[in-house]
Amino acid sequence: MVKLTFIEPSGAEVAIEAQEGWSAMQVATSKGVEGIDAECGGSCACATCHCYVEGDVAARLPAPLDGELAMLDNVAAERRPNSRLSCQIKVTPEIEGLILRVAEVQS
Amino acid sequence: MTSDPMVIVGAGQAGLQIAESLRSEGWEGPIRLLGDEPHPPYHRPPLSKAWLLGEAIEAQVGIRGPEFLERKGIEHVMAREVAAIDPAARSLTFEGGETLRWAGLALATGARPRGLPVPGADLDGVMALRSLDDATRLAARLAPGVRVVVIGAGFIGLEVAAAAVKRGCEVTVVEAQARIMARAVPPAISAFHTELHARHGVRILLETGVTAILGESGRVRAVATGAGELPADVVVVGIGVVAADDLARAAGIVCERGIVVDASSRTSAPGVVAAGDCTVRRLDDGTSQRLESVQNAVEQAKSAAAALMGKDRPFTATPWFWSDQYDVKLQMAGLSAGATAMVTRGDPASGRFSLWHFAGDRLIAVDTVNLAQEHMAARRILDRGMALTPDDVAAAAFDPMAAARG
Repeated sequence: MVKLTFIEPSGAEVAIEAQEGWSAMQVATSKGVEGIDAECGGSCACATCHCYVEGDVAARLPAPLDGELAMLDNVAAERRPNSRLSCQIKVTPEIEGLILRVAEVQS
Repeated sequence: MTSDPMVIVGAGQAGLQIAESLRSEGWEGPIRLLGDEPHPPYHRPPLSKAWLLGEAIEAQVGIRGPEFLERKGIEHVMAREVAAIDPAARSLTFEGGETLRWAGLALATGARPRGLPVPGADLDGVMALRSLDDATRLAARLAPGVRVVVIGAGFIGLEVAAAAVKRGCEVTVVEAQARIMARAVPPAISAFHTELHARHGVRILLETGVTAILGESGRVRAVATGAGELPADVVVVGIGVVAADDLARAAGIVCERGIVVDASSRTSAPGVVAAGDCTVRRLDDGTSQRLESVQNAVEQAKSAAAALMGKDRPFTATPWFWSDQYDVKLQMAGLSAGATAMVTRGDPASGRFSLWHFAGDRLIAVDTVNLAQEHMAARRILDRGMALTPDDVAAAAFDPMAAARG
């Protein structure tokens, strides 16, 4: 299990023991984290699971691929250098301790 | 405050979204989400993709987990069939006779696969793909050397073909039309995807009708077509869906190949709304439009929840769709039917290109292949109704992303 922390738009922190092989979006929606819509179910087609990644481990995330970058151009909230789509973040032991701040709006 | 709940019939993408949106619209009373399947609400798009490849487990295709529903005070009732609704009495009857009164009713009953009207369609091994259980049954049969015949070359059929060949099956797709995905995309994309499937070893038979499915001791053994008999261990029927509008129709709500709704998801019955695949939308010009998509389910659901709260929140965004086949992402923004001109950008041979469709000088739709960024730009351009002519788009210097920002 890998520990991830989501910060909901209200500021509430939700710590989750996440299963390897899941996406951060799947972890969040299964546990009921507020603010992640994930309308397309992880197909990288809707840009409604936008998070800002924080913490030392954020730098260890594999860089976004073209499809994700394209979607990030179109997120509803402000796009920042640490913007990611949580459906494209795979849970691996390397990201233990990652903080995902959920964007205030998704659509 | 009334103690009657808001009741949603159908616990798919639209139904769950209505429940969530009722909360964000300020409904504080009870919410009852009634599903006829024995599963928590799940995403359908992965069923014809990752699910068939064994790359996902049930919790991963779930839209929201039980903790979320509990937090939101959404009571999800599983595996329960509704027998009838009575808008005048504001109540419904379950199979078995129990009744439930509602403060407001939303119908999100979805659609069911169209049946193939030929002999043998009920043989073991002949399946459709709509539900999680359908997908699980189909996935269990896909194995190296298994002969799969897919009837119908639409998105679902072709996604199944791609997954099946990846699992080592021998796959043949039979299509009555002269090209694949004929209802949804122009010839250039049909040609591109036909070649894509051929490269992966899928055989596609066009202009081929199915006359019967042949069996032996109750099990399918072949598909009889105009092009001869095709040996088959598994037959997947993917010839479209029919709106599940029976409850509404029986209650006297206006239906026409689906429950008729306005832009705000209201039906002809006061206090009853509908969203998603079960609906057909009446447009301002009197024509009707049927969309079967995730976006339509989600947006109509948001409108439906608002309408139940007495608010108008019309769904006005440009329709969009996608289909993933192999490593190719096909995305469509807008509806290209009725186009009079088309501009191609990029070279299909490169594997990345886009088609821009115009009605006269007005841009109405954009199809992209492996160009997600251009798809998103096109959605923005179409949403804003920006004026672009065929000449603008054909210009070598045209940059869709810059245009979308402008």
